[in-house]
Amino acid sequence: MLNVKNLIKDFGKVRIINSTDFEVQEDEIVSLVGPNGAGKTTLVNLVSGHILPTSGKIEFFDRDITFASPYRRIKMGIARNFQITNLFENNTVLDNVRTCLFSIYAKIKNGFLPAGRYRTITREAVNILDVFGIADKQDLFPPSLSEGDKKILDTAMAFALKSKFLLLDEPTSGVATGDKFKVMDTIISAIKRENLACMIIEHDMDIVSDYSDRVLVLSEGEIIADGIPNEIMEQDNVKEILFGVRT
Amino acid sequence: MENWIIYILNGLYFASFLFLTSLGLSIILGVMGILNLAHGSLFAIGAFMAAWIVGAFGAKAPITIFVIALLAALGVSGLMGLLLETSIIRPMYQRALEYQLLITFGALLLIEDLIKMTWGGTAYYASKPFDIMGNLVIGNNQYPLYFLFVILITIMAGIGVWFIMSKTRIGIMLRAISMDREMARAMGIRIRKLNTLAFGMGAALAGLAGALIVPTTPALLGIGMEPLIMAFIVVVLGGLGSLKGALVGALIVGETRSIGIVFFPEIELPLLFLIAVIILVSKPQGLFGR
Amino acid sequence: MGLKDTFLIPRFLIYVGIFIFLLFMPKLLPTYQLMLMESGITFAIMGLGFNLLLRYTGLLSFGHGALFATGAYAVGMMGEYFPDLYRIEIVIPISLAASLIVSAIFGFICVRHTRIFFSILALALSMVLFALLVKLYNITGGSDGIHIDLPMMFGKSFEGMKRFEFLSGAYYYFLIGIFAACTIIMLVIVSSPFGKALQSIRDNEERAEMIGIRVRRYRWYAFVLSGLYTGLGGALWSFVNGHVSPEIAEWVFSGEIVYMTLLGGFMVFEGPIIGAILFTYLKLYAVSITQYWMFIIGATLIVLVLLLPEGITGGFVKLFAKLKRGEATGAV
Repeated sequence: MLNVKNLIKDFGKVRIINSTDFEVQEDEIVSLVGPNGAGKTTLVNLVSGHILPTSGKIEFFDRDITFASPYRRIKMGIARNFQITNLFENNTVLDNVRTCLFSIYAKIKNGFLPAGRYRTITREAVNILDVFGIADKQDLFPPSLSEGDKKILDTAMAFALKSKFLLLDEPTSGVATGDKFKVMDTIISAIKRENLACMIIEHDMDIVSDYSDRVLVLSEGEIIADGIPNEIMEQDNVKEILFGVRT
Repeated sequence: MENWIIYILNGLYFASFLFLTSLGLSIILGVMGILNLAHGSLFAIGAFMAAWIVGAFGAKAPITIFVIALLAALGVSGLMGLLLETSIIRPMYQRALEYQLLITFGALLLIEDLIKMTWGGTAYYASKPFDIMGNLVIGNNQYPLYFLFVILITIMAGIGVWFIMSKTRIGIMLRAISMDREMARAMGIRIRKLNTLAFGMGAALAGLAGALIVPTTPALLGIGMEPLIMAFIVVVLGGLGSLKGALVGALIVGETRSIGIVFFPEIELPLLFLIAVIILVSKPQGLFGR
Repeated sequence: MGLKDTFLIPRFLIYVGIFIFLLFMPKLLPTYQLMLMESGITFAIMGLGFNLLLRYTGLLSFGHGALFATGAYAVGMMGEYFPDLYRIEIVIPISLAASLIVSAIFGFICVRHTRIFFSILALALSMVLFALLVKLYNITGGSDGIHIDLPMMFGKSFEGMKRFEFLSGAYYYFLIGIFAACTIIMLVIVSSPFGKALQSIRDNEERAEMIGIRVRRYRWYAFVLSGLYTGLGGALWSFVNGHVSPEIAEWVFSGEIVYMTLLGGFMVFEGPIIGAILFTYLKLYAVSITQYWMFIIGATLIVLVLLLPEGITGGFVKLFAKLKRGEATGAV
């Protein structure tokens, strides 16, 4: 589904991403791990169209999207969340999700009927909030939510874009340790239900091995390992990079 | 050929006012992030102050008195700036844009009427310094020496500001604030005092510009409005908070105006805006914006 | 149904009450007061449009005077050059068309910027129009402006009638009809998907882009809509005032528009309406008691910004919330 070939990104003279190749299949959950500064967020930004690569190729369902605008990628089915939550703070939780739905159903131009009159869409927005377990907070404003709920809402918004491929940049960062698995359970079960593909940046190795089908290890802009979680974790170079263990 | 020398010199003369006014506006905008709508009123205070002094005491030695008047205008506008900053601008730094703009708009209305209360609604004439200085002959044309005097004063003021901004401790701290306020605070720079100082300096420059204009135009109510708008254009063109930007912006606007007045007198102002818009559409941050 | 939607119902009842009250206004107010009221209502229509940009899109225009002037001058020029077509049902659509064109051009340029640059650019562009109105005096009447004759209205001529009779008669009802329609349309717009899109752009431009909203284009739409309301306000105002002159395009008037909106309180939908009407009376009162009316207006403004930044309606909402000890989230 997603096919990344020989991707390179330079910032000035510094090469952040160095000839990276990888693939993501439909309904596959892939984790992207690596030490700080490895280029994980940059990679997500390149796939989501937030920044453009220096060279290389990104294909999505066999169509070249290397230089496509974020807008086009969203319409094609690539959505993302944000590492630092990025919400519409003066809109209610419901509106945060509902606006995404209006956007994806091409209703966003309509100005002559109050949003509440779009009952099917409103119901669907509430359903999504329900799937993510925050339907009871639909009338609150984001600043009054807990960190965990903000993260969930952020992901729910990406989810609401009816994407085929979700990019999740540290969906549990800032969430209290005890709640991390609960948040991940919520997100993953929603993704599984819709058979979506997903790429998650995650630091917590327990989460990685529990939830992902495959792991990509990124180090200094290059993918140094690609495989099933438990096998990858046993590789010496991976241990060295992720846990600082020298063998 | 000689005509063109005159046009260009006239352009430099326009540019001088623009530079002085927009430099003050730009310093305030750069350091404090506040667009001072009352900047034109500070210009007006300078104009009235100088015209009044020249009119009242300038009978004997107009040039000496005029120089004194320039300093007085600089001082009064500067003081007014300090007063404004400490009283109403200071609480605005953390507030939203609309409040920052509105409070200076309120100050503008207030100052316009304060000028009316102090100097009445009548015009003040101070053309003596202009008449006495006489003309320079260039080919078949005459060029007023007073214009050269203005250009000279502006160059001196420009060098003064450049010196303060790049060679003194205060200037370096001011630039640090305009680059990154939080970082400057963390480094222990006393932002409060420097804000006041920067505002005073910007206001004084506007006052000086106002004082320089009165030998050629009588001081009238609302005299500061046009310079304010022109200064906006200069700042938008040159980019925020840079001396170089103010200088280049002023030169572009000044010369365009001078040439525009000759060839397209009807639409000289719209023409200027058109150029500004073209530059902005192609280079949104201004020519030297950060 | 969300919280905001349930708010629409009692609000609608209050509107009906106010509208009925407005219908009886000509019986209650002396003619002169009624004319002031009408002036205030035209400003209110403009205020609704202005606030679409400020409150719902997060853009502060300091050049809306030019758009107001566009509407007003369109009326003046129709009367001057096309006396045969000088019927209100033709003139108003023409005014709207003129406002559409001017605000589309202004907006196209301005929305490339946000925050303070947007404000300065709107201001600078408005001064272009001002300069043109003054300089092209052959067409526009220069700084003297244009006299506005009484128009034909739906086939009825008012020739020979005094302006105050016209204003306290048919025109008044026409005006409040349009005002009511404008208010309801705007209320629907801000709660529609389109309105939600604007509000999400205001809150978070980056995320709005990432959920597939074309940020710049939507800002432009908002600017044009706002311009249409403002132009309509200008057109309707010109009949009340009887005269248009370039001052309304000057940036000081644009500043007064911002002032009205903040006086009423821009965080509440109805704030600009209340602000516009109050401002009309405040200014007239200041002008009538002293030649230093700018001093009074300026001082009031400074006090307002320092002590009551949410404006009058915002202050009430806050007070109400304090009394109820509920959440202070009542504003749409």
